[in-house]
Amino acid sequence: MALIADFAVQGAQMLVVLLLAPLLTGVVRKTKARLLRRRGPSVVQPYRDLVRLMRKEVVLAETASWLFRVIPYLVFAATWVAASLVPTFRAGLLFSWSADLIAIIALLGSARFFLALAGLDVGTSFGGIGSSREVMIASLAEPAMIMIVFTLALVVGSTQLSTMAGFLLSPAVGLRVSLGLALIALIMVAIAENARIPVDNPATHLELTMVHEAMVLEYSGRHLALIELSASLKLLLYVSLIACLFVPWGLSAPGTGFAAVAVGALAYAGKLVGGGILLALFETSIAKMRVFRVPEFLGAALMLGLLATLLLFVSRSL
Amino acid sequence: MHGITFDVAHMLAGSLVLVSFLQLYQDRLYALLNIYALHALVLALSVAWQAYVQQAPHLYVTAAIALLFKAIIIPVALHRIIVRLGIHREIEKVVGVGPAMLLGMGLVALAMVVMLRVTMEADPLAREDLAFALSVVLLGLLMMVTRRNAVGQVVGFMSLENGLVLAATGAKGMPLVVEISIAFSILIAFIVIGIFLFRIRERFDTVDLQALDRFRGERP
Repeated sequence: MALIADFAVQGAQMLVVLLLAPLLTGVVRKTKARLLRRRGPSVVQPYRDLVRLMRKEVVLAETASWLFRVIPYLVFAATWVAASLVPTFRAGLLFSWSADLIAIIALLGSARFFLALAGLDVGTSFGGIGSSREVMIASLAEPAMIMIVFTLALVVGSTQLSTMAGFLLSPAVGLRVSLGLALIALIMVAIAENARIPVDNPATHLELTMVHEAMVLEYSGRHLALIELSASLKLLLYVSLIACLFVPWGLSAPGTGFAAVAVGALAYAGKLVGGGILLALFETSIAKMRVFRVPEFLGAALMLGLLATLLLFVSRSL
Repeated sequence: MHGITFDVAHMLAGSLVLVSFLQLYQDRLYALLNIYALHALVLALSVAWQAYVQQAPHLYVTAAIALLFKAIIIPVALHRIIVRLGIHREIEKVVGVGPAMLLGMGLVALAMVVMLRVTMEADPLAREDLAFALSVVLLGLLMMVTRRNAVGQVVGFMSLENGLVLAATGAKGMPLVVEISIAFSILIAFIVIGIFLFRIRERFDTVDLQALDRFRGERP
């Protein structure tokens, strides 16, 4: 019976992330529009877009191989699994033993690898540009991410997200500058990974600046729907990851009753909306940087991760 | 592990190192001055915390001096100098951001290794403060090396001095007389540098210090 309940909660989490992901994208877009004094589409517009794309016919390029058709499903599956491993409203779920930060990074990394292949597959020049830039950004973002994981793992003594959230909720954490540095670095990496504004513009189709959009330019119909959904899922994943690690308050502990879960769900919803609004604020207050400045941006993230580890080393050795 | 006193001191001193890195990263003069003001503010907070921990009231004076002179007067004055020199849009650096950051990381690591080895039997709070202070000093030196613009070098020099103050407060404080005289000599140095900036500009029509190298004949 307990096993069934555990399954139910885990299944609920998987559904929750899937259903909330487009809403988060919608909230970000709506907030950005309001900040620019436009009315903007409704927050449920991403759902409508997805439904419309699902109904449309798929147009495939003549040069597309089988890989091109398979990749949207692969990318979607990997991202969905990764997103549902991050504790959202409740820690210590059934699959939380596999919710390892490094595993999540690996899942996202493989999704990105396949997407880059898809960009190259059709053989258009835009796809090639997009893939090469995406891989350049990834090759800088991943070391930074690994440094962040390293810092967190040194503080907590584990890379499992539920354990981490539990430890960070406990008073044993104290006040650590390393965690602050890791937070800033994680936000920078999240911005780069999600192709948000200083690094890439998710709303543009201008040849010179697009990165992610250039890669998925050849997709249409349900393939495009899946890719857009996985982009939303990835954004949700990073927001929940930051929420779970750095604002874990409200996360219901394993073994607590329904009331705690309800509080956790409410807190999670609040964190998502807050994260979305902050992201929109940040994006409207900053200009997009040139592609060749991205290494500096991500280099700073890597540096912050390194610095966090160094500071941790100091406080440890005393 | 150490309790909240240590954690707060660690956080403030660590933030000081972080702000030093921000200075290194920033290549616009106005933003650089704002970050320098932030640097001084963090220093003031850190010194005030040390005063509270060590129960040494004279350190509060040090903190007030840091706040008044370094966080307000010097940035405002430098701001006005930049406006009057008309160089507020200049961006230039000898080394790029990436190598400078890497060098900075190396220097911080060096400072930690050296200081933690050397000060084995000191109080943890002082050890940690000394390690961070040495990193701030080295980062200030690095900044003076990587900037061509004289104003950038002045900011590097001032942040170096902030590191010295941090070291002095960590080591059970320094006498108030010394502290005040240092503050005033910094202010005087600042005035002299300000006058020199205008002299350099009058002579060479630029505050790019490579012009001086050319004048001395070191560079063709």
